[in-house]
Amino acid sequence: MRIAICVKEVPDPTAEKRIDEGTKRLVRSGENTLNPYDRHAIEAAVRIKEGPAPDTEITIVTVGPATATRSVDRALAQGGDQSVHVADDAAAGSDLLGTARILAAALKRGGYDLILLGQQAADSESYVMAGLVAELLELPCVTQAASIELGDGSVTVKRQVESGYDTVKATTPCVVSVSDAINDPRYPPLPAIMGAKRKPHEVLTLADLGIDASTVGAAGAATSVAALSKPEGRGDTIVIEDDGSAAAQILAFLVEKKVVA
Amino acid sequence: MAMTETQERESMIREGVAELCKQFPGEYWRELDREQAYPTEFVRRLSEDGWLGALIPEQYGGGGLSESDAAIILEEINHQGCNAGACHAQMYIMGTVLRHGSDEQKQQYLPGIASGDIRLQAFGVTEPDAGSNTLAIRTRAVQQDDGSWVVDGQKIWTSRFFHSDMMLLLARTSEPVEGKPKWWGLSTFLVDLREADGAIEAKEIRTMMNHATCEVFIKNLKLPAEALVGEEGMGFRYILDGMNAERILIAAECVGDGRWFIEKGAAYASEREVFGKKIGSNQGVQFPLARAHAAVEAADLMRRRASELFEAGEPCGAEGNMAKLLASEASWQAANACLDAHGGFGFAEEYDIERKFRETRLYMTAPINNNLVLAFLGQHVLKMPRSY
Repeated sequence: MRIAICVKEVPDPTAEKRIDEGTKRLVRSGENTLNPYDRHAIEAAVRIKEGPAPDTEITIVTVGPATATRSVDRALAQGGDQSVHVADDAAAGSDLLGTARILAAALKRGGYDLILLGQQAADSESYVMAGLVAELLELPCVTQAASIELGDGSVTVKRQVESGYDTVKATTPCVVSVSDAINDPRYPPLPAIMGAKRKPHEVLTLADLGIDASTVGAAGAATSVAALSKPEGRGDTIVIEDDGSAAAQILAFLVEKKVVA
Repeated sequence: MAMTETQERESMIREGVAELCKQFPGEYWRELDREQAYPTEFVRRLSEDGWLGALIPEQYGGGGLSESDAAIILEEINHQGCNAGACHAQMYIMGTVLRHGSDEQKQQYLPGIASGDIRLQAFGVTEPDAGSNTLAIRTRAVQQDDGSWVVDGQKIWTSRFFHSDMMLLLARTSEPVEGKPKWWGLSTFLVDLREADGAIEAKEIRTMMNHATCEVFIKNLKLPAEALVGEEGMGFRYILDGMNAERILIAAECVGDGRWFIEKGAAYASEREVFGKKIGSNQGVQFPLARAHAAVEAADLMRRRASELFEAGEPCGAEGNMAKLLASEASWQAANACLDAHGGFGFAEEYDIERKFRETRLYMTAPINNNLVLAFLGQHVLKMPRSY
């Protein structure tokens, strides 16, 4: 089985995000890391390889600047076998559609049975990349997977929804985005971290993928950011000083809000 | 700016270590500290994931990493609020076997040490009556007719004794001989504690921090001929060979501690409001943290210089000692600035500051007292008269 995992390098989620006022883009010059949500997708693939399909080959696919190699290595250390990295200055400023076009072109070359993504990126928080990629590749798409079971030419996915779980069967090849509840991702041991550099890395340009640069990047963006503002602070914060009745007050508040019955 | 290859490597090591350490938060260490219990689970995970075998060559199942990489590992452990002092020796005691042991010893022990199946993290050097004057040790190893050895003596401050399968032991095998250097006559032995058959008794010494250290009594301990590491009489040189590596790694731990204190102190000073303003806006709170930050970063540069020389095979005694001196002073400076910034809360157990405060104080005294570092610099670097 051939599994591709789309990953993204994002600014450290614990650091404060900064926006470039001129370009209205996120400043990515600080400490960057592999998108935490993608780690769940990698773990899901590794468990397929360790379990029902030991001959699985896991490919890490990313679009990002040349400096994103560190996050690609992190993904390989967690269990990827090889990587495809589309690094082209003309891709900078791509919106969701532009990024999806590049990912779809890179994925098309691989002939993958299963394409996995994390549920969202910790920077743009859009949740829609799986749908966009699936649409461009004309493949079935299942989102928010809480479990994935392999069948013969299909996958059965339990989807986490508000009221419980939906069980969806999709024929392969297909695109699945995994929920962050699907697993507890392993963190790589030292030999895997040091071994990542020795795994095959393929670096591609837009031209290698036959993509017209004017259809992606800032030039080809279908959307533009009109304005950015910080969310208003909530004014209804209740501060409870513990005089021995704090627990009862918190419980009363949760009952009132119908969080607990 | 793009990272250099070294920065990228460091960054990956840091991230890997940090991810592991985050599984062992302050509560874990506080609970151990209360009981003076050993961080068994933490050490097991570090071993299993290969971090403590980092310096062992890949051919023996280790990580094959450099001294600089190992320094980053230990630094990051302390930076994350954990305590590398509980297990750092598993990383570097094996250096004596690696550099001076026989092929058989390397084949027999290094793979087990790399995997963590063999814990070689007890180092029997210091004695109650000798202190830092290692040449004055009295533990004797006497060779028998069949080539085996019998050891009698006493050691003190042998850390992690109860959490080790093996101990590297320094014992006198010969009195000073005319024509030989004065350091000659001591030898190093690999002692399998699992086979010591009651010949070694250890008594735990409770200390102000949770350090699992012991007093060790050795009576009629029989060791096979092959327990000797390297050449008889050369033990003191072998120990010295490992000291520069140890100084550098300890300096890195101090840098990690220092950064933990400064981050914690700066964050608190930027949040805590008293008299209607953030306490960090008071220069009395801000400047000590800023000054300690400068000291920690300067010490880190010296640590890096020492590592660079060590890896190039150049003499690095001065730089390694200066790194340990500067870094231990800097982490202590940072500890005090952090504690002062927190006021009374710094003394509360739940902030972890008082625990780290006690832990980082050790580095000014051990594994070598900073006064002896100054004595070394005065005599050997500045060529002044011997002071001790």
